Amino acid sequence: MKIKKKTIGLLIYFVILVLPIYWMLNMSLRSNADILASFSLYPRDITFVNYMKILTDSSWYMGYVNSMLYVFMNTVISLSFALPAAYAFSRYRFLGDGQMFFWLLTNRMAPAAVFALPFFQLYSTIGLLDTHIAVALAHCLFNVPLAVWILEGFMSGIPKEIDETAFIDGYKFPRFFITIFIPLIRAGVGVTAFFCFMFSWVELLFARTLTVTAAKPISAIMTRTISATGLDYGLLAAAGILTIIPGALVIWFVRNHLAKGFALGRV
Amino acid sequence: MDKWQDNKAWFLVLPVFVIVAFSALIPLMTVVNYSVQDIFGPGEAVFVGTEWFKEMLANKRLHDALLRQFLFSGLVLLIEIPLGILIALAMPKKGWGVSTSLVILALPLLIPWNVIGTIWIIFTRPDIGLFGVGINSLHLLEVPFDHTATPLYAWITVMLMEVWHWTPLVALLAYAGLRAIPEAYYQAARIDGASPWATFWYIQLPKMRGVLTIAVLLRWMDSFLIYAEPFVLTGGGPGNSTTFLSIYLVKIALLQFDLGPGAAFSLIYFLIVLLFSFIFYQVLQRVGKGEKG
Repeated sequence: MKIKKKTIGLLIYFVILVLPIYWMLNMSLRSNADILASFSLYPRDITFVNYMKILTDSSWYMGYVNSMLYVFMNTVISLSFALPAAYAFSRYRFLGDGQMFFWLLTNRMAPAAVFALPFFQLYSTIGLLDTHIAVALAHCLFNVPLAVWILEGFMSGIPKEIDETAFIDGYKFPRFFITIFIPLIRAGVGVTAFFCFMFSWVELLFARTLTVTAAKPISAIMTRTISATGLDYGLLAAAGILTIIPGALVIWFVRNHLAKGFALGRV
Repeated sequence: MDKWQDNKAWFLVLPVFVIVAFSALIPLMTVVNYSVQDIFGPGEAVFVGTEWFKEMLANKRLHDALLRQFLFSGLVLLIEIPLGILIALAMPKKGWGVSTSLVILALPLLIPWNVIGTIWIIFTRPDIGLFGVGINSLHLLEVPFDHTATPLYAWITVMLMEVWHWTPLVALLAYAGLRAIPEAYYQAARIDGASPWATFWYIQLPKMRGVLTIAVLLRWMDSFLIYAEPFVLTGGGPGNSTTFLSIYLVKIALLQFDLGPGAAFSLIYFLIVLLFSFIFYQVLQRVGKGEKG
């Protein structure tokens, strides 16, 4: 089989993409003394001492659970709110539709650094501080607009005649929407869910500000563990690898659905 | 597609409006409230009008940070958008290669932002990092590579990190756009004997307008608001060389606890992002329509 030039270029790019992650994996499998003593392209004496140190700390386990919980809640909320709205934007012209759409997008543009404090005050006023739902709601600020945006693209690809036929056949809107329309764009729903998961999973500032102990995300626990033990590169790398794993697992399991969603190409 | 005209569609949008407004408008009002007051403590505040805005607009270090930020975000768009399109064009169109490529591309996107900084510290350190040790062993640089000592190297490292982190997003979006082009378009191009370049310029690029609009806007907004990654990697240094707007903002607002100036600053910040996003949005919509016709 002839291998094209662009395929080689792509392979080189992928190697570069994976290299920094490989390097962290390499570091995580060596002790700190070993890292500082010699430079090596691969771990000569593989040791899991860094991982053991982290995994015997019980707060780590809960960090995973916390992150997963609020990310899951956020994805469900974002999708269920965004689906009808995206339908409205893709099918109807209504008063202020363009302005509303742009306003939604502007909510991604606020500097989170300063909005973190008012967020903290708002959520402590309504008594939601240090709960998973607080983080899930806060992440809706940037995920709901994004979900509307992506879903609207997918929905516009479905011909309007399908809606018209269904309404003539006597379907009421909710039944039509849930039993006919959503299955038609399920690939788009999958792609949207992936993006919601991604942006909620990687966000740190809101997640850290709104939680104290009960709902602390894994990446915040990582920072805390590291600062408590001083600069230990092996430990730092192991913690980094551990925070990558859930995301990597998710992308591995949804890869075929994602490919299907992208093949429809309506992002 | 012609849309139905019906204001009742608002009922479908209302839930989104409520949930976003709850998280957006109340904190925004709080920030506006801070920005016009001098706060001494709980319940002790004096109205100062536009005082903080004037102070912030005259702040020399803010000007520097703003210039740095424009340079950074400009470079980000110039590098990531073409590179992302190039990668999307090179990606396989069917078979097992598709899902494998998607997995590799999505990997950097799923790493928490502070961990991105950590990865690049470990990767570029001149004593233990593959990149740092590798580039220094070539002996090409006059000053040995160390991003904690030389501003230029700090910039290059942050840039590399940013391009590494976010180009995959552009590539994913561009790939989705490419896959949406019906095969008939390519057949027509082949019949006309169009060169690959002509096919790209007259078919693929115009058809990617929608997704590229999303890509440009997302990369513009997010790179302009970048905080965690460079903060972990360089802490804004050496000196102030990589102190981007958000890093400076946090210094003022949270570390020095100057809520008034911090709030005024973040409103100015917000307006700048808003203004430019609006311009990009308008321009990209127009450019696309011109190409279609």
